[in-house]
Amino acid sequence: MNETETPLEVGEHRAPRYMAIWGALAVLTMIEVGVAFLGMPRSVTILALLGLAIWKALLVALYFMHLRFEPKLLRVVAAAPLIPAIILVVLVLFEY
Amino acid sequence: MTSHAATIETGVRRPERGLGVYDKKVGMWVFLCSEVMFFTGLIGSYIILRFGASSTWPMPGEVLNVPVTAVNTFILICSSMTMVKAFAAIEHGDQRGLRLFLLATAVIGALFVSVQVYEYRELIHHGFLPSSGLYGATFFTMTGFHGFHVTVGVICMLWVTARAFRGGYTLEDHQGVEVIGLYWHFVDLVWIILFTIVYLI
Repeated sequence: MNETETPLEVGEHRAPRYMAIWGALAVLTMIEVGVAFLGMPRSVTILALLGLAIWKALLVALYFMHLRFEPKLLRVVAAAPLIPAIILVVLVLFEY
Repeated sequence: MTSHAATIETGVRRPERGLGVYDKKVGMWVFLCSEVMFFTGLIGSYIILRFGASSTWPMPGEVLNVPVTAVNTFILICSSMTMVKAFAAIEHGDQRGLRLFLLATAVIGALFVSVQVYEYRELIHHGFLPSSGLYGATFFTMTGFHGFHVTVGVICMLWVTARAFRGGYTLEDHQGVEVIGLYWHFVDLVWIILFTIVYLI
């Protein structure tokens, strides 16, 4: 780091490389469409698609919504509804 | 710059206690938490209706136009990119960049809604309606509520853009830009999930 550079204050951060995130999201979308029509076994396809969707969602939440750079408590607040959400979806899936 | 200094003195930018961020941002995050539960409710119902359905569910691309929606997904991702660019611009005090990217976000968002309207028109033209069984009902409910969210986002974005053109946001105080950005990216995030489960699985 350059000596003359002022250190970052609390809550400040260097801007993420937005264009790189955007590129990644675009490429992942193309991969998703490819995976959906590749004709792999159904369970593999579903798992791959869910994994890709979660990957994309994380990129948006962490970088575009800046969650990665927020105070820990705010990240806890943001993640809180995921607990009941996961419970609901998993329980419902177990039914079938 | 005196007004900016005054803003700082009145404490708008003072570090907040509690969560360590300003109130509007906390408010938006709490609202987004409730939105997570709203869409989870829809997704939960979808799982029950789909896997509990006695009839077979159409395969991806059988009824819905996946290529058009994939392009539309890309359009929404582009609007998220212009949104962060608007935020990054005002973080550097770049008013021109802020206005340009906010306007672009509103326009691209409106384009997304337009493509969705076109998609609906085509589907309805081919006899695929909300009343066309569980598949039609779940499809129009989930994508419709999302489209409604984007529409509300576009209206708010136009309001924020108009304010930006009047010089309403400054390097020191641009909370409104960040807060609408959070909503916008959230709507994009929801679409990422919906596109996968409604169109591709």
